[in-house]
Amino acid sequence: MKKPLKIVTSNTLALTNFATAFALLLVGGFLGLVQGLNRAGVLEIVGGINYYEVLTLHGILLILAFTTLFMNGYLWSAVDYVLGGLTKGIRMLGWVAYGLFMFGSILVVIMVLAGEATVLYTFYAPMAASPWFYIGLVFVVLNIWLSGIGVFISAFRWKRRNKGAHLPLFAFFAVGVYVLITFSTMFVAAEVFYIIPWAFGWIDTINVMLTRTLFWAFGHTLVNVWYLVAVSAWYMVLPKVIGGKLFSDSLARAVVILIVVLNVPGGFHHQIVDPGFSEGLKFMHLFMSLAIAVPSLLTAFALFATLERTGRRRGGKGLLGWFWKLPWYDVRFLAIMLAMISFIFGGAGGIAQTNNQLNQVVHNTLWVVGHFHVTVGVAVVLTFFGLVYWLIPHLSGRVLTKKIHNLGIWQTMFWTVGMLFMTLSMSYVGLLGSPRRTEYTTYGGSETALAWDPYLLFVGAGGTLLMVGIVLIVYIVFHLMFLAPKGYTEFMVVEEQEEDAHKTPKWTENWGLWVIVAILIISMGYVVPLVDLIGNAPPGSPPIRTF
Amino acid sequence: MKMNKMEEIWMIIAVGLIIIAMGITGYQAFAMGMGPPSHQEHIDPQAIESHPEFSEPGVYELGDNQYEVIMTLQAFEFQPGEITVPEGAEVTFRMATKDVVHGVNVPHTNLNTMVVPGFIQEITQTFHEAGEYIMVCNEYCGVGHHMMSATITVEE
Ligand code: HEM
Ligand SMILES: [Cu+2]
Repeated sequence: MKKPLKIVTSNTLALTNFATAFALLLVGGFLGLVQGLNRAGVLEIVGGINYYEVLTLHGILLILAFTTLFMNGYLWSAVDYVLGGLTKGIRMLGWVAYGLFMFGSILVVIMVLAGEATVLYTFYAPMAASPWFYIGLVFVVLNIWLSGIGVFISAFRWKRRNKGAHLPLFAFFAVGVYVLITFSTMFVAAEVFYIIPWAFGWIDTINVMLTRTLFWAFGHTLVNVWYLVAVSAWYMVLPKVIGGKLFSDSLARAVVILIVVLNVPGGFHHQIVDPGFSEGLKFMHLFMSLAIAVPSLLTAFALFATLERTGRRRGGKGLLGWFWKLPWYDVRFLAIMLAMISFIFGGAGGIAQTNNQLNQVVHNTLWVVGHFHVTVGVAVVLTFFGLVYWLIPHLSGRVLTKKIHNLGIWQTMFWTVGMLFMTLSMSYVGLLGSPRRTEYTTYGGSETALAWDPYLLFVGAGGTLLMVGIVLIVYIVFHLMFLAPKGYTEFMVVEEQEEDAHKTPKWTENWGLWVIVAILIISMGYVVPLVDLIGNAPPGSPPIRTF
Repeated sequence: MKMNKMEEIWMIIAVGLIIIAMGITGYQAFAMGMGPPSHQEHIDPQAIESHPEFSEPGVYELGDNQYEVIMTLQAFEFQPGEITVPEGAEVTFRMATKDVVHGVNVPHTNLNTMVVPGFIQEITQTFHEAGEYIMVCNEYCGVGHHMMSATITVEE
């Protein structure tokens, strides 16, 4: 008798998360196109919705909703698979989390569409939305916490059943991701619980800088969580796809730990040109921001080592021969590889712009929008796209056909070229001073602003290519869920590590310790400014509506 | 934890570069006075009209080609909206907002900062080249955000 094939047990839950995620991507991407065409000067937005409502939705749907749902679908599948199934109770928890997410996000979207919350995804006080907008956000946060609890309990039970064994690396990544996102969302929860009574009018004024500082402790960490989710695929999936091995299990665990403990104080680099903080404090935070680059540098080495060794095993000779031996025609590789290459540029740009004086040149210009469409829009999102070709058919009990595979190659090309157009032009026009979050304008025919126009045309052009990419990936996901031929698709997770890797030390498992270290480092970064902002608070602001 | 030899070399070079970047940034900030705008003075955003200094926004000459601009920001205008200074003028902007958060950027200069309710922000810029500059709001501040701008004329 054949052994039953190993599968993800919570597949319906995961598929529901993915289906919702890609539906939201379709809407969010379309809104991105609308913005791109508007900024190119070729589209005036009419019909009862304005540029800033569009932008609020684009930001929330893509950087918050799509990514959260994808993370839940992907990492829950991974935990389920490597730990040998989730219990019924945990699966129920997953459904409850999904329900809370839907409730919260519908509330948020209704408020934005009703024109009651045109506050962008950063909702900076004292601009005030309807209180129901913030209440909706609370439910989205609850989704994240419950999803984390599900992973923690599953990992804990596995450890108890397998005394002395290391938690499988994929589950270790998942634990790291949910620990970090829990830290991050605690800050936004604190902020929102402070804003809600103010938005209802129960308290008169709010400490604006306090909310702003709490927001960035959250917002910055959030995008680093998306990055860590992508990194998990680079370590766990990529070597399997190319037939290679994991470079080093202990190095991967060290990277996860470093990203988790070092991350939160990086949020301060969003406030380099803010008043109210001393230059000394800003310099200390420069150090804390740059420290986050260290685990990424370790990752760069480990991943290139994996690629090189695999290429050589496949017969690549000489200095660069291995490079061409990699499976470039396999979309599962191509998409992730391009995502990783984009991060070399995105990461380098990030290191540059966090240096205080350079930041002053690019702060709040389109340069920054270019930066995060490279890091999140390509490095993270293209990695996510690269996973659907095997993960969705694994979950739906189907197989990827040659035709859809090749369509995937086209999808990857449209996405890469579209993002190249869009981000290069955004970066350049940003250096010329074109502001972000701004509807098309010439400021009354100013020469400086008119000089931006030729570059902004490429933002629209890139957006158009990206929209094609969005339609393709949504079709591909739909096909893999409902139309592809039935069959078994393997879950891609690397099983072996290189022979020369060192044994994984025991201390990596000690999550209690890592949480404490993280709290200490967060305190180093935030106790001084928060105590100062609260103890020596400037006069507050009432709720204001300028939209 | 033990590391691969090549990896150690890579990490030493990479971390070294980052430390050099920090060194340069620190030197520029503290030794050359090029640090980011970090003024720490409080102001009541609801009482700007009656504030001794900010009730009268305008351009004030302080000394030999040195100017001070007292500026208020509100949706969707800068006051004063037109500023004229001679070439080479060193201009210190003191800024406060009456309502929401705004941002201030003068393209082709390094003048770029946030103005947050509750704080006075201060930033100094020397205009070496004559010409027409625009000052734009670069933080979303409401429906008319894209119309919020001022002009700076630097005369020869
Ligand atoms: C069809 C693809 C996309 C297009 C055409 C597009 C276009 C744009 C444009 C033009 C802006 C700048 C608007 C402005 O500052 O005035 C923008 C902002 C933004 N985009 Fe995208 N984008 C796309 C995909 C994505 C993806 C995949 C993500 C993230 C997962 C994303 C996240 C964001 C965020 C967070 C903002 C900033 C919103 C804000 O400043 O409040 N975008 N996008
Ligand atoms: Cu403004």
